[in-house]
Amino acid sequence: MTTVEKQLLASPRNLRYLLTVAILVLGLFAWSLTAVNFADVNKGGLQISFNIIKGIVNPDLDLLLNVSKQSVLYLLVQTLAIAFMGTIVGAVLSVPLAFLAASNIVPKPAAWLTRLLLIVIRTIPALVYGLMFIRVSGPGPFAGVLTIGITSVGMLAKLYVDAIEELDTRVLESMTSIGCTTFEKIRYGIFPQLLSVFLSVTIYRFDMNMREASILGLVGAGGVGAPLIFAMNSYKWNQVGSLLIGLVVLILLIELLSNKLRGKLIKG
Amino acid sequence: MYDKLFPPKKVLLPSGKVVAEKRSRTPLVLLILVAATVLSVRFTDFSLKVLFTRIGKFFGIIGEMIPPKWDSFPALWQALVSTLQMSLLGSMIGALIALPFAVLASANIVRSKAVVAVFKIILSLLRTLPTLVTALIATFVFGLGPMAGVVAILLFTLSYVGKLLYEQIENVDMGPFEAMESIGMTRIQAFRYAIVPQVLPGYLSTSLFCFEGNVRYAAILGYVGAGGVGLLIKENIGFREYPSVGMIILALVVTVYLIETVSEHFRKKLI
Repeated sequence: MTTVEKQLLASPRNLRYLLTVAILVLGLFAWSLTAVNFADVNKGGLQISFNIIKGIVNPDLDLLLNVSKQSVLYLLVQTLAIAFMGTIVGAVLSVPLAFLAASNIVPKPAAWLTRLLLIVIRTIPALVYGLMFIRVSGPGPFAGVLTIGITSVGMLAKLYVDAIEELDTRVLESMTSIGCTTFEKIRYGIFPQLLSVFLSVTIYRFDMNMREASILGLVGAGGVGAPLIFAMNSYKWNQVGSLLIGLVVLILLIELLSNKLRGKLIKG
Repeated sequence: MYDKLFPPKKVLLPSGKVVAEKRSRTPLVLLILVAATVLSVRFTDFSLKVLFTRIGKFFGIIGEMIPPKWDSFPALWQALVSTLQMSLLGSMIGALIALPFAVLASANIVRSKAVVAVFKIILSLLRTLPTLVTALIATFVFGLGPMAGVVAILLFTLSYVGKLLYEQIENVDMGPFEAMESIGMTRIQAFRYAIVPQVLPGYLSTSLFCFEGNVRYAAILGYVGAGGVGLLIKENIGFREYPSVGMIILALVVTVYLIETVSEHFRKKLI
């Protein structure tokens, strides 16, 4: 028996485990198939999808290029502004929450409670916040900003906490030993360690918020979503086309920019 | 450019050497940030006054949600199950379709640059479309109901898993692949025995992670008529039935938490 064969025989046999998992997955698949009802499928679906493609290929250029308050350009800038403001609100709220949830800063029970709160904040879908904030500030972009702000908190605070818990405390100890004051320790020991991670996470969230902001319009919270749903409901596919093209281009641009900035931040 | 406007500071070291210290970029970055904030405030009608006078209303709504209306749970159960089924089906089919897409989009497996570029562009275009917009379009094509939701989730999973998978395939160690080709295996055989074992755990773990996220997305798709609890949320908030909304949110939080725990267990095992 060669070494290779011995090694082959010695490898763990988990056939039964794999089989169980496979059967479970197949079972789940079959079970979830029951949710879909093919009878619901529209007879005219093919025609409609053809119309949609036609609309996207021939967008409403007038809507896409003019600069009035109804134009795609204005709506996109508004969406961008909502995402930006929302990210700032979210980041400002996240910092204190993150420190309260870091188990190396506050006692364990307090950290655990804050974490629970963050999980709840994160699980509630953005649209629910959107519908709630519309009751607070009335429909419009301001409700969108607040919604984006609070949905960002869930993710930002969690990632900030990870950064805080990974703080290199040796730097602080050495600063104590050479007699730095508390303020100096925060300014030169903690701040530089956290800033780049915080910024990178925030920029990433801004990128995600662009997508969120574009759907919030569906509940009336400003931006490009509301005109999109109106255009669809009235079957104006060439307007839908111009809105979608604008949105996709903007999101791609922001993604490129954010990747570039974050690359720079990580490299230092 | 920046260095030309603000020339670096020259410092004479005690050894007589001159070093150039680049000027800090911080003021510029701050200036841009402040300008962007001011513009955004004007575009979004942001006002702290409204925020402080009306924020109580928000907590009022949350207060009404507690305690949740327990007896609305039976009505909710069916929608919750259908949400789960939608995300399961969409994630599974999407992850399967992602396989060929990812292989065709990886530059180290497919020799034709045009094919790679086309598939990469398809994947990134799909990724930019927000799920709710895809769901909205899908309701026009497939009619109202879970089918549209499944399609939307499928497309999102395809783009997400596809992108991460082709990045993994492009980063694998090509040594075994070349060795197997050189001893006479076909490219497909070499792919099966050299690449698949390297990327399989990553692929499964990404798919599971995507499924976790999809449960959250599926919860809102009903808002545009694509099945699941979204429709209930829309109706109950519309009727100001906040205790029922509280029940829906509680059910969602528990479901998502359970799924995350299970999926995290399997993902830890995979890696």
